[in-house]
Formats: sequence, C-alpha cells, structure tokens
Amino acid sequence: MHDANASRAAGNSLPLMASAILVNRVGLHARPSVKLTQCAKRFAAKIELALTPDGPWTDAKSPVKVMRVKAPQGATLHFRVAGPDGEPALAAMLALVNDGFGEA
Amino acid sequence: MAEIHLTGRAASSGLAIGPVTVLTTAVAKRTHVGDPAQETAALKAAIEAATAEIVRLIETVQGEVADILEFQAAMIEDDALAEGAYHAISAGAAADQAWRAALDAEIAGYRTAEDEYFRARAADLVDIRDRVLAHLSGANTVAKIAGGSIVAGEDITPSAFLAADWTRGGAIVLAAGSPSSHVAMLARARGAPMVVGLGPLSWNGRPPALALVDGDAGTVIFDPEPETRRLFESRMAAANAAQAAAEAGRVGPARTAAGRRISVLLNVAAPEDLDGLDPAICDGVGLVRTEFLFEASHGLPDEDTQYAVYRRIIDWAKGRPVTIRTLDAGGDKPIPGLTVDGESNPFLGLRGIRLSLAKPQVFRVQLRALSRAAAHGSLKVMLPMITVPSELDRAAAMLDAECSALRAEGIACARPPLGIMVEVPAAALRADDFESAFYSIGSNDLTQYTMAAARDVGAVADLNDTGDPAVLSLIARTVEAGRRRGVEVSLCGDSAADTRLTTALLATGLTMLSVAPVAVARLKAAIAMVSS
Repeated sequence: MHDANASRAAGNSLPLMASAILVNRVGLHARPSVKLTQCAKRFAAKIELALTPDGPWTDAKSPVKVMRVKAPQGATLHFRVAGPDGEPALAAMLALVNDGFGEA
Repeated sequence: MAEIHLTGRAASSGLAIGPVTVLTTAVAKRTHVGDPAQETAALKAAIEAATAEIVRLIETVQGEVADILEFQAAMIEDDALAEGAYHAISAGAAADQAWRAALDAEIAGYRTAEDEYFRARAADLVDIRDRVLAHLSGANTVAKIAGGSIVAGEDITPSAFLAADWTRGGAIVLAAGSPSSHVAMLARARGAPMVVGLGPLSWNGRPPALALVDGDAGTVIFDPEPETRRLFESRMAAANAAQAAAEAGRVGPARTAAGRRISVLLNVAAPEDLDGLDPAICDGVGLVRTEFLFEASHGLPDEDTQYAVYRRIIDWAKGRPVTIRTLDAGGDKPIPGLTVDGESNPFLGLRGIRLSLAKPQVFRVQLRALSRAAAHGSLKVMLPMITVPSELDRAAAMLDAECSALRAEGIACARPPLGIMVEVPAAALRADDFESAFYSIGSNDLTQYTMAAARDVGAVADLNDTGDPAVLSLIARTVEAGRRRGVEVSLCGDSAADTRLTTALLATGLTMLSVAPVAVARLKAAIAMVSS
C-alpha cells in the first residue's frame, strides 16, 4: 500500500516524503496517536508529519505533539523522513495510516 | 423543595436511582517552595510517581480500559508535556504552579478543538494534571465514590471513575462532559447510566439528596416528588424485566421459525473480547484472529506466549469448539519485519497461508503452540487464503511433523483437525478437492475477490455485495461440498452479522454463523424470523 508519489531519494541526504489519507473513524485520536508514535520510535530516522506538504512539521515520535495536530478523519497526513532506516520507516508509517490503525 | 428537571445528552444508557454525591475539586496546598533546582526535581519525581501509578493500573485492567490508560501513560511519559513547566520553573515559578499552568494551556487547546472527539480528551489531560499535582502536594490521589451513588459534577476523570464500585448501581450526571469521553466509554462498558451537558449545577448551595437518571433520554430529576419517584421505579422494574428477557434470548440456542437449529459462534479478535461474556451465549468460537499476537509486541511472539493465549480462550469456552486461524498477515494487515513491503497489489500477493508457507520458521512456532493447546479442549485450526489443495497438504505435513516432534520431546499435545478458509473463488469452485476437516467461508475476501471490488473504495462499494447471486452461489457450492464430504461448513465474515442477509445465507444451506459478541442477540433474533 505504498504511495505512488513517494519520492525516492538516492542517498540519505534528502528526506523522503509521502502522504496518506486518514481513513479511520475519528482521525488521529488517542489510540492511533499512541500507535503511530510507538511505531515511529522503532526507527532511528527523524520522522515528522504535517497536514500540508509545506509543514509546519511535527515530531512523529511525540504523542503530545501529534495530538496537538488534531488531524481529523479524511485529512491527508504528509510524512517527512530522514535517516539511515528512512525507507522502512516511511513504509511502516504509511502502512499504519492506510490500515486505519487496525481499527477498521 | 420542588423537584428539579434537567435535560442533557445521553452518554450511556440505562435507568438509575440513588443518593447524590457531588464531586468537588479539592486543591491541595504545597507549603514549601524551593529553589529552581529543587522545584525541577520535585516535579520530575511527581511525574515519575504518577507515571508509575498509571502503569500499575494498566496491569490490573484489559481491553478498552487499558487503551485509555495507555494513552495517558504515553502522554505523561512524553517530555514535551512538561517542557513549558520546566521553563517556567527555571524562571522562578513553583513546581505546582508551573505544572498547572502548562497543563491548563494544553487542556485549553483541547477544549477549543472543533472536533468533539478531541474536546473529550481534555478530561484525560485533567486526570494527568491532578495526578501529578497530588504527588507534588503529597495528597491522596482520587476521592473515593461510594458504590450505588449518583455522581454529579462539572466533569469526571477516568481515574475517579475507575476508583468507584459500579457493580452496585449508580450513575454519572455532568454539567459538561461528552459522550465521546473516555469516561463515557467506560460507563457504557460497565453498564453505568450517564448523562452529560446538563449545564450549570448550582442548587443554590444546597445539593440534592436523591436523583433519578434516565440514560436513554438524557434526563435527570433531582429530589423527585414521591409520585415521580414511584413512576420512575415502576419504569425501572419494567426495563429490568425486558433486559432479562433479551439476555435470556441471547443465551438460548438459535432456531429459525421452521425449527431449524443454527449454530451461532463468536469471532474473537483478542482474548479480552471474551472478558465478562458467558460462554452460554454461543455454540463455540468460530474464528480467533491471531494477528493481535504479532502486532503490538516487540518482535514475533514465542511459543509459550502463543500457547498461553490459546489456552485462555479454550478454557473460557468450557468444552465448546474453538477455531483458531493461523496468522493472516499481508494484504491490508502488514506486520513490520514479516510481510513484504512494496507489493504492487498486496491483496493478490504473499498473504495468509502463502506467507506462512514462505516463512516456515515462524509458522512452525504457531503450529507447535496450537498443538500443545489442542490437548486441553476442542480446538480446530484453520488456514487463511487457501487457493489450491497442495497448500493444505503442505501445512498438514508441517503440523504432523511438529506434533511428532512434541511427542518425541514428551510434551503434551494433540493434533488438531485442520480446515481451510474458503475466501478465494478458486477454493470455493473446487472445495471437494481439499482434504479439509471443515470449511469456514470468509465472506469479506470471497466477496471482494469474486466481485473484483475492494471494501474500502467508496466508488465501487455497491459492487462489494455478499448478497450478490454470484457470491451466494459460491457459498452454496461450498456448503454442498461440505455435505458430500460429511464435514462442517461455517461462515465467519462480516456478512454473518448483517441481518439483512440472514435469510439469503441460510437459504444456501448454511447452519453455522460466526459473529462478533455484540451481534449475537441481534443475529439470534433475525434467525428466529427466518421461515425456512
């Protein structure tokens, strides 16, 4: 379930960018925020999210900051990832959002 | 004194009568304030103590309640929450004032949110704020609420709710609050009536002694007249009788109007789903998804972890048959480190049994755990996404090998019957060719593969219809194969719970339906209306 527009940087110098739509029922609320930050923390890469492709960017490893974004259902979540394990990190974040955080 | 009628919003259904307990917000005072270094240390210690308290609470609860507390734990463990407070302390503020100001700012952000769901999270932040403040002042954390009382207040925190005993009745009536709050979820789970949004509860300084709460209509009557109370009590008695009748229907076996016995089984996504459920409501467990074991934990679950979970479900069923599905990862259920990333079409890729056969080292662990659990009850194992008979044969050979290995090691085990899920049209078309101990129709995938229409694509949602004659004919074909081969056929997809389809599904000859626990009473009532 990869975003077809995910840009693949050749090295690690450029951050990877991709987006996914929040399909779960009530948006990026308590449980999804916890799941998202837990997933992000498994990677060394710097992972940020935003509601627009130009930011402002929020640290995806901080549940307090992710909750402050108050992303509603149907919003497009943009990810910006930089680091050695950036590719799997981005794939994991997109999979989680596309899967509706397993909430159906 | 005249009775007071207030109308708010229903947040948890049911009727309750009881003495009123007014929640007050006691503010404990700190007497001593130290220098910034001491205040920083005091706040740090209070946050750590509050975190430890939440973590301890999590260990005593399960399911939804645990999710709520895990959210609080994630928030309080995040340094970003206290950032502003530490800044204020270094500028000379006292720890409690700094913490309160930082959290109040955070809470204000939630209270002004457009989305009701986010507004409702304010109560969780208040909970965190007060827990830490209590540690800073050394006060007792939450005031105890006497069981059976009607709790009235501005809002109530999850901690205060959890500290009370709700088994003896009682209800919650709030001036503010939200049906989307964690407390409302808890109240619904515990069966405590709750009304929110009543507006200011002033009472002119004289709080009421008694309240009648209607959690269905969202109304509260304080200090009722004797006649009002008598009418309410007779309504409560009637409601209790109706509830008992519905519960009784849920427990009884399901039969159609023509007297045909239909087995109603449960779908279980996690063992917590069974908490508080009486196994008498079902004829067994038709589907245990095992994906939950693989997602949250760190790395893949070991054999003993899996065995313990399977045992718990088998023990709950008290001898009724339990069907556990082997890992069904891939497709829309990716598992980091196990499933393949970047497939062009994951639904047509390496998922279900295909993935298990491709990762024998992971599959073997699950087969061993299942064989050990099978020694303790009526366990059946089903394989997802089976397409051709050789997949079943290979899985059967692996199961035989693991059973032999366990026996050779002297470990108690039994070889469970091995069946297939019928969710790929190819398997439905030639169901007779599989040496399967049973068939379980997975109607979600069978429908999407037959109709070539995904469930989550709105533009083709009308095509994704299990009631379509093409899908029903594949179901009927599978039922017929089961009859010829003398093995059971059940259906465990979402369509089993769709009571608009009950007549059509039973017309295919199906006699076993598996649904989520919440749908059991509804399905049994729908079955009773079917004439065939």
